[in-house]
Amino acid sequence: MDRIHKEEQILRFSRLNRGLHIVMIISFISLSLTGMSLKFSYTSWAVALSHFFGGYEATGSIHRFAASVMVLVFITHIIDITRIKRKEVGSWKTMIFGKDSMLFNKKDLEDFIGSLKWFLGKGERPEYGRWTYWEKFDYFAVFWGVFVIGSTGFMLWFPEFFTRFLPGWFINVATIIHSDEALLATGFIFTVHFFNTHLRPEKFPMDIVIFTGRMPLEEFKIDRPQEYRELLEKGELENYLVEDYPPIVIRTIKIFGWTALSLGFFIVIWIIYAMIFAYR
Amino acid sequence: MQKKNLSKKLDNNQIFRGSSALLLKRTDLRRRIIPLLVFLFWFNPLKIFAQENSDCFGCHDDKSLTGLKNGKTISVYISEKKFTRFVHGSVPCVGCHVDLKDAEFPHEDDLKPAKCGGCHQTEQEQHTKSLHGKAIARGDNLAPTCKTCHGSHEILPVKDPKSSVYPMKIPFLCARCHQEGTKVQTQRTIHQDHILENFSESIHGEGLLKKGLVVAPNCASCHTSHSILPHTDPASSIARKNIAATCTKCHVMIEEVHRKIIKGELWEKKSHNLPACIDCHQPHKIRKVFYDLGMANQDCMRCHQVESLKSSKDGRSLYVDLKQHELSIHNKIACSQCHSEVNASHIRPCETITNKVDCTSCHANVGDEYKQSTHGMLAAKKDPNAPVCSECHGTHEILGKKNPKSRTFPTNVPALCATCHREGEQAAVRYKGKEHSIIESYTESIHGKGLMKSGLTVTATCTGCHTAHRELPHANEKSSINPKNVAATCGTCHHGIQEQFEKSIHSSTISNSKNLPSCNDCHSAHKIKRADSEGFKLHIMDQCGRCHVDIAKTYFDTYHGKVSQLGYTKTAKCYDCHGAHDILAISNPESHLSRKNVLKTCQKCHEGATRKFAGYFTHATHHDPQKYPILFWTFWGMTGLLIGTFVLAGIHTLLWLPRSLQWKRELAKRLKNKEKLIDETEEPENKEEDGQNT
Repeated sequence: MDRIHKEEQILRFSRLNRGLHIVMIISFISLSLTGMSLKFSYTSWAVALSHFFGGYEATGSIHRFAASVMVLVFITHIIDITRIKRKEVGSWKTMIFGKDSMLFNKKDLEDFIGSLKWFLGKGERPEYGRWTYWEKFDYFAVFWGVFVIGSTGFMLWFPEFFTRFLPGWFINVATIIHSDEALLATGFIFTVHFFNTHLRPEKFPMDIVIFTGRMPLEEFKIDRPQEYRELLEKGELENYLVEDYPPIVIRTIKIFGWTALSLGFFIVIWIIYAMIFAYR
Repeated sequence: MQKKNLSKKLDNNQIFRGSSALLLKRTDLRRRIIPLLVFLFWFNPLKIFAQENSDCFGCHDDKSLTGLKNGKTISVYISEKKFTRFVHGSVPCVGCHVDLKDAEFPHEDDLKPAKCGGCHQTEQEQHTKSLHGKAIARGDNLAPTCKTCHGSHEILPVKDPKSSVYPMKIPFLCARCHQEGTKVQTQRTIHQDHILENFSESIHGEGLLKKGLVVAPNCASCHTSHSILPHTDPASSIARKNIAATCTKCHVMIEEVHRKIIKGELWEKKSHNLPACIDCHQPHKIRKVFYDLGMANQDCMRCHQVESLKSSKDGRSLYVDLKQHELSIHNKIACSQCHSEVNASHIRPCETITNKVDCTSCHANVGDEYKQSTHGMLAAKKDPNAPVCSECHGTHEILGKKNPKSRTFPTNVPALCATCHREGEQAAVRYKGKEHSIIESYTESIHGKGLMKSGLTVTATCTGCHTAHRELPHANEKSSINPKNVAATCGTCHHGIQEQFEKSIHSSTISNSKNLPSCNDCHSAHKIKRADSEGFKLHIMDQCGRCHVDIAKTYFDTYHGKVSQLGYTKTAKCYDCHGAHDILAISNPESHLSRKNVLKTCQKCHEGATRKFAGYFTHATHHDPQKYPILFWTFWGMTGLLIGTFVLAGIHTLLWLPRSLQWKRELAKRLKNKEKLIDETEEPENKEEDGQNT
């Protein structure tokens, strides 16, 4: 009990993953702002933003740079996965079908049904494990997004190259897909993801676990009872117990978090405004 | 000549009348001599007998008598009865037809012209030296001989009103050749035009032809009858040196009334430079409007130099600063030439003035234009707002439009028009059209800047487009700014553009549409900007979109359109692909977007573009399932995905929210319980740690 109390934080995310997430946030918000400024070019906001970024060419360059960063984040993550598989898991089979797999499994279905029951007052809160189903959904949304937006994005980046073997109207199709999928991604991240992770009352106003990588053990026990139980059973709990960051780090993280949240909200409001009040 | 007729006449034996003095006091002698004389007549080697007129009329009195002239058969009938009544009735035929003197009768065809100079020696000499005579000598077939004016056998005295050279007939006689459309007027160099018309309207013509004054001068009075010479010939009656002498033949007392010239300063100071009569009174146009009677400026200035001189009618100042007038472009024009109603016989010559100065008496063409213009039409209606000549040009101080100080010098024109057309002024108040702040807009326009800032006097000023005197509203078909005429108006400077435009689909020569744009529809009328300015480049797309509504909308759905919407021009705009003034239908092989040229057009920006690349829909819309089904379904597929995702996630979230609030309280309670438990078991250590933390 002594140690538990002393080091009440439990480590949930590796340093690399936290880093990747921060980079991805910056990249994603940059992509959103620059991309939306073109998509909603008919709004005064878009014009102002475009000028803020230094003109449409600079905006485009930022967009492409951020996209490249995003792709690098994605590749880094894939490499990290293979490293984890090699060092910690052993085989792709356990990686995919194991207990802590990012892939949807039977427990996720049970948790989803359990959650709905809980929402409707017909059951207790499910005992969520290492990854909840909505976290897995968000995770694969990124995979989907990077694939769809990334591939169409490359077509728009190099239309002369792609039309060597594709008809010209593919560029039109790519534009629609790129633009609407981006709208879906930003809309989803800045509303659903924000709520799921930050804005739901027990985490409000934000959950900084993705930046610190750690959360109070007591909270962890209640939030992820199954994972806690398993860690205890395996006797691995102590491996993950760490000290909290000093307040200055926390404050910095919170400032960053607030900035990201605010930008996200701004983009959402802007999208709604553009689509409802200024659509043409 | 027909011999049959002749022999019949000879049988009548009437042919010896003229030379019978020697003959026949006795019939016996007669009986012997007559056959001899007949013999001598027929076989007369010495030609001792001169022909008498009766000899000629023996044949020529026959109406059916014909002869050959230059290969043509003509009537050679001459009525003896008539001939004797004419002025040359007693003159022998051979006196004029000298080549027939002593000729055998019947004589040969093709006689030489009759010789008038035998009697009219002076006239003949004058004519030979004259313009007409020299032309005859040159062999000019249009040159008039004596006969051309005077006739041949039926010549009447000059004083006979039936004579072709009777004073009142002379203008028409001369006009037979010197009239518009005649061979002389069209094929020879004649420096005057409309001579007969001008003359008949002149005071001389009026006197002669309308009032029947035979003493009024006719053509011959000034040009002389036979010594007609060009005015460049010093011997001519109309040479500058001689004209005064010619005029004073009638205007003997002219010196008494032409005081400016004769008694005025000019006489003393510029005697070498005296004007000739025709400098003021143009040849053939001599009209009453100038110098009804002679008036010198100083006669007027006697009163009008007084600065306090005011009109008794309306109190306006009547002071005239003669110095200003001397600096003006009219400094050689006398007061009375414009104020033409003055009458020098009055003590106050100006009291006969009833009308304002009429500039059109000199500037007739400008006057005609002005009368057709809105300004002129308003003036005709006596509208107080209508500008008359003096309002733009000034009065006594008028300067030429090439003088930079002139109100009508290009750089001053906008300010001049602005006096009425500036917002709030009378013309702007009347105006009901769309153009406002015209002067301000013009000043900021490329033309205005060119004129006012760069000082380019060749740039378009108000009058450049609206014309100086023929300005009309654009709805008038005669207006220079009527849609039909705008291209030509702009084309006076921008000719190359006009040529391109007239071949384009926007030109009425190519397209049948009624709503075709003219220059100002895209460039505006008064706000014309540099075509390479950012503002114009962006604005022009809205201009295209005014007519091409749908196609412009779809353009703004593409990357090109969105970038331009952000306010950047480095992207394909309407004219980058379609061309600007040379727009053609895409079906036209010469179009920038024809199959032949489209790739080249894309490659202007997209260097690596391929034929497939050009298949990009530059005006794509995902709202048209017929035209762009792929885009339509892609869009709705994506939108379905988006809406589906948000609906499901939204329901999930909304359901979660109340539970989450509940869970928050639960969590707080549980954590509190845990803390309590911990606090109870490990209180001292906890306190110590707290202390350290604080």
